[in-house]
Amino acid sequence: MDLTWSSEEDAFRAEARSWLEENLAAWRAAHGGAVASGDTREGFAQHLEWERMLFEDRWAVVSWPEAYGGRDASLWEWLLFEEEYYRAGAPPRVTQNGIFLLAPTVFEFGTPAQRDRILPRMAAAEDLWCQGWSEPNAGSDLASLTSRATRVDAGWVLDGQKTWTTRGAFCTHLFGLFRSDPGSERHRGLTYFLVPLDAEGVTVRGFGRLDGDEGFAEVFLTDVFVPDDAVLGQVDQGWSVAMATTGSERGLTLRSPGRFLATTAKLIDLWREGGGGPARREQVIDGWMRAEAYQLFTLATVTALAEGGSAKGGSIGAESSINKLWWSELDVALHRTALDLLGPESVLDGPWARGHQFALSGPIYAGTNEIQRTIAAERLLGLPR
Amino acid sequence: MRFAFTEDQLFFRDAVRDLLDKECGPDVVRGAWPAGPAGAGARSPAARVEAVWSRLADMGALAVALPAVGDGLGLGPLDWVLLAEETGYAALPHPFVETACVAAPLGVAAGRVATDLAGAVVPFAAGADTFLLRRGGELVTVAAAEAQVSPVAAVDGALAAARVQAGTTGGRVVAANEDVERAFDRGVLGTAAQLVGLSQRMLDLTVAYVRERRQFGVPVGSFQAVKHRLADALVHLSFARPAVHRAAWSITHDRPERGRDTSMAKAMASDAAREVGAAALQCHGAIGYTVEYDLHLYLKRSWALAAAWGDAGWHRDRVGHAIGV
Repeated sequence: MDLTWSSEEDAFRAEARSWLEENLAAWRAAHGGAVASGDTREGFAQHLEWERMLFEDRWAVVSWPEAYGGRDASLWEWLLFEEEYYRAGAPPRVTQNGIFLLAPTVFEFGTPAQRDRILPRMAAAEDLWCQGWSEPNAGSDLASLTSRATRVDAGWVLDGQKTWTTRGAFCTHLFGLFRSDPGSERHRGLTYFLVPLDAEGVTVRGFGRLDGDEGFAEVFLTDVFVPDDAVLGQVDQGWSVAMATTGSERGLTLRSPGRFLATTAKLIDLWREGGGGPARREQVIDGWMRAEAYQLFTLATVTALAEGGSAKGGSIGAESSINKLWWSELDVALHRTALDLLGPESVLDGPWARGHQFALSGPIYAGTNEIQRTIAAERLLGLPR
Repeated sequence: MRFAFTEDQLFFRDAVRDLLDKECGPDVVRGAWPAGPAGAGARSPAARVEAVWSRLADMGALAVALPAVGDGLGLGPLDWVLLAEETGYAALPHPFVETACVAAPLGVAAGRVATDLAGAVVPFAAGADTFLLRRGGELVTVAAAEAQVSPVAAVDGALAAARVQAGTTGGRVVAANEDVERAFDRGVLGTAAQLVGLSQRMLDLTVAYVRERRQFGVPVGSFQAVKHRLADALVHLSFARPAVHRAAWSITHDRPERGRDTSMAKAMASDAAREVGAAALQCHGAIGYTVEYDLHLYLKRSWALAAAWGDAGWHRDRVGHAIGV
């Protein structure tokens, strides 16, 4: 066991830190020091500028191959970058659904032509991807989805409705599942499609999330033609293709420990400013320990991945469920503690109140925590279905 | 960066696990309880209880941290933390932590050791050969015959607990100043590791039970309420364990964060044991609420160890001071 970083890793961290410090200041200054939320139309455009700054200096997708705009960084370096990213107070990645959720699937299932077409533009924040899983009647029970794909000459025609599509109103492309075998049920007969949102027959309607920002959208598809190369992976095999992506979403790539370590540091600052009695103190300490434990759990996971030689080990798949339970409930606890410390001031529409409302979505998205508990019990503990 | 154990460390753990699996089943733990209704259920004779300790000694598990002269291997917490976890899993009715983790690195090799570093109620004091006691800012060893040992009836009957008093002079000084804190932290770590092992045992017992037990025509483990309770238990355990392993690293390398990391480990392991224990008892239903069934052996040990060497609240406070909260 060695819990220290090598001098190369320290150097990588230092380089990331100084780049972030300098460029964040420049980006904020360009917007008069007041950047809007990335889940509003105005803020999204501002965040795209930031994404392009990251891309210019090859910080957008550090773990990707250099050919696609990355640095070929190891998982360890990726973790360090994430830690520095949130430590610096950098904004949420508005490109996250592409770079963290779709990209791993494209690397795994995409043809060389698809990789070349999709990944560089995704890294550069030219194509902006949103996720098209949920439907009005298919949420936790995703396999009950009814949006369909009909075979036609040289392609497919898509029909149906997707919803809860994060930042769908601002994105350019959607990835999602459609039922391609009309006689199929449940997990069978689904195909993974890549759909440009400017295609004829697509209508996108944004709507407000809990915090009021237009961060959600519903996407209507009526007779939308897409060519054959819009299929990712094999026709009718979309479920297993999609599961690779949901594994990333629940696992560490979407919510690295750095994010919660940074929130914890801010929470401790808040405590130091105002104090709050022994009960609140316990909550703060507990929050710190839980964030720290998430970091340690991740270090163990990454060690196993690095030594197992594969990022797709079966056990890692189901472990992503307890991972998700931990970070999502941690995030709620940290923000709840902050609101408790703020007392009457917590009603103000400030960063903690915003963060709290966002944290509340954690136990719901990426498979509700109830679904995760069931997965953990069945696949990790072996309880009967 | 590498957050994993070496092949050798895992190999030794497996050897101890196999030994305890064969030689320290619930009947042996029960054999360490006083006879009577509270000790009902299958129990082994005292000779088998004693044999476990000798077998552990024979395989070198007690001398891992003894200075590297004679039988000693001179190894550190990373080499014994997994063994402590296994002794917890078995609810070993002997002072492994006190003897092998706390006293051995001080060069104390005088049979079974019990210590008041754990608190005023000293676990395994009744059968100890040597006491390791706080005196002022020092630790002294006192032969059992020279101490006043007043046995107490603990909820965990295998704990063989007592209150211990010794004179204000005599004995041998084996640690002073910072080394007393280091010895304390080793005991805290060993106990935290045992709590992780105990939690794993209680979870394993419960999973096996709810897969078998049928109500309404189906295994009770197929009910979502039971699944979710046990998933939460697994989550608690899964995040306490790395905290314990990290503390082993911090103590091994005498890092500045040693105290903080050790306390975090104990706070999380104590909390996890409480959560897992409560879930285990509840998911067993009435059978878990008996002394014939094995669960209580592990549950009661987990209560004892969660309260010993500083409870979760005490250690959380120590973490708070370390992080400036």
